[in-house]
Amino acid sequence: MKVVFKTVWDLPAEELFASGHRACAGCGPAIAMRWLTKVAGPNTIVVNATGCMEVTTTQYPETAWMVPYLHVAFENAAAAASGIEAAIKTLRRKGLWSGKTNVMVIAGDGGTYDIGLQSLSGMLERGHRVIYVLYDNEAYMNTGIQRSGSTPKYAWTTTTPVGKAIRGKIQRKKDIMGIVVAHRPPYAATASISNLVDLSNKLKTALEYTEEGPTFLHILAPCPPGWRYPEERTVEVARLAVETGYFPLWEYDHGKVRLNPPTSAIAADPKRRRPLKEFLKIQGRFAHLTDAEIEELEKDVVANLEYLAKLASL
Amino acid sequence: MTTALQKARTVLALTSNYAAAYAVKAADVDVVAVYPITPQTTIVEKIAEFVDDGELNAELIHVESEHSAMSAVVGAAAAGARVFTATSSQGLELMHEVLHIASGLRLPIVMAVPARALSAPISIHGDYSDVMNTRDTGWITYIAASAQEVYDTIIQAYKVAETVLLPAMVAYDGFLMSHTTEPVELNDEEEVRRFLPRKDRPNVLKPEKPITMGAFAMPDYYYEIKYQVQEALLGSLKVIEEVDREYGRTFGRSYGVLQTYRVEDADYIVVAYGGASFGNAREAVDAAREKGIKAGAVRLRVFRPFPADYIAKLLADVKAFAVVDRAIAFGGPAGGPVFAEVVTALWMRGIDTPGLSIVHGIGQRSMYVEDFVKIFEMLKDGEKSKVVYMGLRL
Ligand SMILES: Cc1ncc(C[n+]2csc(CCOP(=O)(O)OP(=O)(O)O)c2C)c(N)n1
Ligand code: SF4
Ligand SMILES: [Mg+2]
Repeated sequence: MKVVFKTVWDLPAEELFASGHRACAGCGPAIAMRWLTKVAGPNTIVVNATGCMEVTTTQYPETAWMVPYLHVAFENAAAAASGIEAAIKTLRRKGLWSGKTNVMVIAGDGGTYDIGLQSLSGMLERGHRVIYVLYDNEAYMNTGIQRSGSTPKYAWTTTTPVGKAIRGKIQRKKDIMGIVVAHRPPYAATASISNLVDLSNKLKTALEYTEEGPTFLHILAPCPPGWRYPEERTVEVARLAVETGYFPLWEYDHGKVRLNPPTSAIAADPKRRRPLKEFLKIQGRFAHLTDAEIEELEKDVVANLEYLAKLASL
Repeated sequence: MTTALQKARTVLALTSNYAAAYAVKAADVDVVAVYPITPQTTIVEKIAEFVDDGELNAELIHVESEHSAMSAVVGAAAAGARVFTATSSQGLELMHEVLHIASGLRLPIVMAVPARALSAPISIHGDYSDVMNTRDTGWITYIAASAQEVYDTIIQAYKVAETVLLPAMVAYDGFLMSHTTEPVELNDEEEVRRFLPRKDRPNVLKPEKPITMGAFAMPDYYYEIKYQVQEALLGSLKVIEEVDREYGRTFGRSYGVLQTYRVEDADYIVVAYGGASFGNAREAVDAAREKGIKAGAVRLRVFRPFPADYIAKLLADVKAFAVVDRAIAFGGPAGGPVFAEVVTALWMRGIDTPGLSIVHGIGQRSMYVEDFVKIFEMLKDGEKSKVVYMGLRL
């Protein structure tokens, strides 16, 4: 990744995502929106999929967006963005568009892992110069916390309740980065709202590489009501996700996989990884987990870190 | 002054699908997004040739579905581009969600629809079930009856759509027109571009003037925004007529919103849409007249907005009428969808001309001229207020 920002003090001051929107207090995705717009800057067209961020920021006749913004539907943000990019390309050829304009999709996990996967794949395969940002709060929050392909194993949601026979989600979280990387885009990376400098540098890097083709950013963005933790702990929860190895920070850059701090350090020295329990125990969605279940999840975390370390060593 | 009319005429033998592709080229479209489906596919194939030969300066997006085709042209139109897509049948159904969004966002998208039957059972053949399912999507809907008319109407549709800020589709018979070769006179492309000047639309996605499109509306605003679509669509009838007249003055061909045949002194009128139905209806009018029945035929060229005043005027004083629908309004009160519309138009004006609902040509079941003659005979015999499923084997 290109290091454009060294500390938080280097990050852009200009706000392009207005306060006063209707997201919950402590909303992780809203923190992501603020930094995405700041770093991408005013020459950016945002294409937003249906979901919490769309519904809470665009209640007519108000808007939180100080950049051009389009919402079409839930499953087609990547297709609409493909159209915008194609329009800019032709209009520029015809002398009807000037200046560099970023086209940035912002979609939730439901809009990406599940219903929007086809349009995302189409956009990646066709090579549109679009940056696709997935804000991952690990469930369909807008419709009231239903499970998605991103919801982790055993997590409680309203459609995976903790019952007598089945306790939470049965399946594992889908490897969305693996799916994206399989399209061989120039750049794909994970980031967390707890690690803003890393996130911002990755966004800058992705925007630069978007001149070659589509890029992808997978941002972990905790949700207080959906994950059932007190709203003042959003950043802490996100940080624990990274430091326990639950959500590794890594990037795929032109065929090369690189682990980023602190994940690189954790992978190199397992003693530096915090126990997964620290991440799980502050969230009500995992409150029902047995020690054996926690142990199983921890094994998955370790295996995933080893897998990524192996990819990075190639 | 040289007009297009004085220039050498270019007449090519084209299918309606190729005529559509030539119209897209003439309109200097910027972005095309189409997904293959029979009988639409030859449109996108022809456009691909134009793009790859450098004859059309456009981006052709090879989308992975019709849902994405409509979504991509929504995005491109929102960015200010002139756009085109085309589909049939299952593809139109897959787009359905986004059709409403296109009109709600007031985007001047133009789409060609060679009409085809819907699954199940799967059928690649023609009828108008797909088009009729888009009835309430807020799209301007033309139904053309010849390859020439497809060409002319697509060019007109751009002008209308960009004036009233609504999407427009141009439908026509799948196979019976989409794959039938007819002579088509092409316009001078420079002249078409003068007819379709690029205008700056007020609401597009530009960093210089950021706007939010596709907002979330609560009960305090939603109704008004949707009512504006209703007003714009109803108001577009006038624009459709003006553009058709202007097109006639410029290129020498115009059509009106209804096409009539021997209606002046008619006692009995058959209302039809699409090339095959109306072709049969016209021949049947002649045959019926030879039998002493004062027959006439009307073709609905514009389905949305529904030209209710014109239809009512034509049917007010006849003895009886029939509507031939190539679609079934399943479980509805009237058999065919357009029959229900015509009856509503009459009822709203206090007209009680007796009517007969004919369903025919479903899944391209052959429609014969004799069938249409039979309709006139039934009308003359006083048959009314019922649904006849013609051509059906029982
Ligand atoms: C075609 C369609 N199906 C279902 C919905 C209902 N819906 C709206 S948002 C949403 C969930 C969004 O989840 P996600 O993408 O994770 O975003 P979040 O709300 O969590 O931010 C659903 C199911 C819809 N709008 N459109
Ligand atoms: S439900 Fe979660 S994602 Fe949605 S606005 Fe609230 S905190 Fe944000
Ligand atoms: Mg979500």
